[in-house]
Amino acid sequence: MINMQQRQAQLEQLVDDLLSEAKRQGATAAEAGVSSDSGLSLTVRLGATETIEHTRDNGLGVTVYFGQRKGSASTSDFSPQAIRETVEAACNFARYTSEDPCAGLADAGLMATELPNLDLYHPWDLAVDEAIELATRCETAARDEDERIFNSEGATLISHSGLHVYGNTHGFIGGYPSSRHSLSCAVVGKEGDSMQRDYWYTLSRLSGEMELPELVGKVAAQRTVSRLGSRRVTTQQAPVIFQADVAVGLLRSFIGAIRGSALYRKASFLLDSLDDQIFPGFVNIHEEPHLLRGLASAAYDNEGVATTQRDYISDGILQSYVLDSYAARKLGMQTTGNAGGVRNLRINSGALDLQGLLKKMDSGLLVTELMGQGLNMVTGDYSRGAAGFWVENGEIQYPVEEITIAGNLREMFMGLQEVGTDVETRSSVQTGSWLIDRMMIAGG
Amino acid sequence: MSDLIQIAQDTILAPVGLIETDLDRMLGELTGSAIDAADIYFQSSRLESWVLEDGIIKEGSYNIEQGAGIRAISGDKTGFAYSDELQLPTLLEAAKAARAITRSGAERSVQITGLPTPRQLYAPINPLPSLTETDKVDLLRRVDAEARKQDPRVKQVIVSLVGAQDVVLVAAIDGTLNADVRPLVRLNVHVIAEQNGRREQGSSGGGARKAFDFFLQEERALGYAREAVRQALVNLDAIEAPAGTMPVVLGPGWPGVLLHEAVGHGLEGDFNRKGTSAFSGRLGEQVASSCCTVVDDGTLPGRRGSLNVDDEGTESQCTVLIENGILKGYMQDKHNARLMKVDSTGNGRRESYAHLPMPRMTNTYMLAGETEPDEIIATVDKGLYAVNFGGGQVDITSGQFVFSASEAYLIENGKVTRPVKGATLIGNGPETMTKVSMVGNDLKLDAGVGVCGKEGQSVPVGVGQPTLKIDELTVGGTGQ
Ligand SMILES: [Zn+2]
Repeated sequence: MINMQQRQAQLEQLVDDLLSEAKRQGATAAEAGVSSDSGLSLTVRLGATETIEHTRDNGLGVTVYFGQRKGSASTSDFSPQAIRETVEAACNFARYTSEDPCAGLADAGLMATELPNLDLYHPWDLAVDEAIELATRCETAARDEDERIFNSEGATLISHSGLHVYGNTHGFIGGYPSSRHSLSCAVVGKEGDSMQRDYWYTLSRLSGEMELPELVGKVAAQRTVSRLGSRRVTTQQAPVIFQADVAVGLLRSFIGAIRGSALYRKASFLLDSLDDQIFPGFVNIHEEPHLLRGLASAAYDNEGVATTQRDYISDGILQSYVLDSYAARKLGMQTTGNAGGVRNLRINSGALDLQGLLKKMDSGLLVTELMGQGLNMVTGDYSRGAAGFWVENGEIQYPVEEITIAGNLREMFMGLQEVGTDVETRSSVQTGSWLIDRMMIAGG
Repeated sequence: MSDLIQIAQDTILAPVGLIETDLDRMLGELTGSAIDAADIYFQSSRLESWVLEDGIIKEGSYNIEQGAGIRAISGDKTGFAYSDELQLPTLLEAAKAARAITRSGAERSVQITGLPTPRQLYAPINPLPSLTETDKVDLLRRVDAEARKQDPRVKQVIVSLVGAQDVVLVAAIDGTLNADVRPLVRLNVHVIAEQNGRREQGSSGGGARKAFDFFLQEERALGYAREAVRQALVNLDAIEAPAGTMPVVLGPGWPGVLLHEAVGHGLEGDFNRKGTSAFSGRLGEQVASSCCTVVDDGTLPGRRGSLNVDDEGTESQCTVLIENGILKGYMQDKHNARLMKVDSTGNGRRESYAHLPMPRMTNTYMLAGETEPDEIIATVDKGLYAVNFGGGQVDITSGQFVFSASEAYLIENGKVTRPVKGATLIGNGPETMTKVSMVGNDLKLDAGVGVCGKEGQSVPVGVGQPTLKIDELTVGGTGQ
């Protein structure tokens, strides 16, 4: 077992070395990040161990500024020689990049001064044999769940822990250890000519908070079997429910559209939308970066800026963009402490669970899987492959595949009727299922 | 011993003081009666990238990585460990961890032999210094200027330039010792155009296993700028795409992403060994219309998806996947080939030393037919003509695949008419391939920007096809 405190001190020293070396080579400012991660990843398939991978990843990166010019370099090599050469490479690039009035570290006054322990580190002292046993229990449960399950892609257990340290020449330095464990299972079912695969997983920072292996397997099997006999529906307009795990993608698209880099490039359909009505009045979207054990929790962002709670949508109205210091300067605004993205985002739920949403929709499409990247962030045009279930009288009728759903995100956001209580918690962006009033479904 | 092996040894082993007998020792650690296969993969890579945005050179960055991945296989079990420290004790420890999947067996000695120099599909160069930094910056600026001078409606231009060199050396207990030195360059242009408050984007780019001057020849880089602008302007006039099932004509080149998704992934050996692909157990069967012949060819000189040898040291080859509609073969790496009792097809690829190899595509394309493209379009009463695509995705088990058009037009009464907004096309791989009714005489390969992702691993690939007609495909627009 590595002593994490010692390791953290080592990485802090590395960051310090990188920053000192950058100054020695003439940089007027610099920032550096170092990470070190190790773990175990194994797969059991058809009852036998298929792969055992021991992972160990190191990385360091440095960005130097010569006035308003910037250069970056990174490597996995932690040797003193590599540090010197990496800084040298970054400095070399800074000779050729342009003077950029917006470039530079975040303002010194914004650096996080308190670094609370967010309880993100729960290493799992897991022997390979135990891990194999857990994955086996998971896969066995999946294979035993239904006789139509005839094949498997296996159950995979991944356990990681690591350290990340960031520092810059304002004198900021921060670092924390974290852990992440997951167990997933994918099985294949067959009925007549129809062959389908689906999966399920559990994910947590703390092994004790993971779902039981048997439950993960069972859900994977049920999801697979429920898709057997999928057919198409005719081309039509209809209401659509995005099940919570795919609704996460819609919420991420919203965040993508109010991200500073998309805004200053004019590459967003939500340009100049502050204070505009983006969602119906019942919608609130909130970020909570200091959640204990949160999947994306951090006390400071990728520039050392203190993170804070933030409302993005209140009563349907856009309150804030998602900004790092560069985008903020480009837009003439102040960073929101979101270099590196949002941290633990949540949309408020209504009163209905998924069953309730189905009843409310009455007739329409329940989407459980999306395929492809058919989203144009510049226009908001949305067109993606989908699979799921056709719903009538509030009840699931049959599984559906080989269809597309299309619309425009602006209209889809305003067409949001209800957010379910069935919140997806395995993501740093959390939401229940979404009922959207109307989308174009293309099928047979 | 080949030049490539010499270069790889000089680049990776010599600086850390490893010699060939150390390789023998590591391999010895990986042998035993229960071990069927084992290999060590050394990699040293360097990558640099430049970004121009808002008319200024905004970013320049450099990454250097090296490490070794060690794999031991017993039956269908694989043990794997890797390290970014290339020191003998660390590597021996990694070898022990990898071989811990079996507990039996005694060490034996392994004799590795360098193969004769394979054909060189690309020069063993480092493309990074192939242009001076000043010239790279100048190239970016000229691309930016070219895009902006095309049309005053162009509001934003982003140009990125990436160069990489990957040196790999692989030694295996079957005696393999092989190496490759892989240059790769890529230039992308992304523009946003605005007209009456409406904004649309266009993008273009290209690349090859060559030096940076590839972009200077034939005004390639400037051509990407013009093409990106052209696309953005076309999209400014686009109307809603239709929704529903209709005939679709795909243009030549990059639309070959259809083949990559609809058949390519489903013909990778691992899925077929496990029986999880919609194509499993169908060798010799008709899986496409008789006008379809599809190959995966890693031997095209200088192409982005090409490899002298794959990441297991096997020479790349041209593998016929589908011939006149009949399923002829799968793409194999050593592991799946052994378990299926066939030969590797040189498709064993991995993102890096920190990832396990698996069967992956190289350059996948359909051979040309005999029809003039215009004749193909003339046969369509009402349908879609799609010429540019973003990404795609496939569910290899159900056979469902999607790919998203970024430039498409209506076909009305046999003529290409109005541009329509991007839309996702969806179909079932084996079913769609039987609906290919016409194949053009205009085979074209893509410009060299493709990236394929599988199980979290990205590798560069190529695609291509002639113009072809699919009698029925579902188009995911918003129009009636
Ligand atoms: Zn792919």
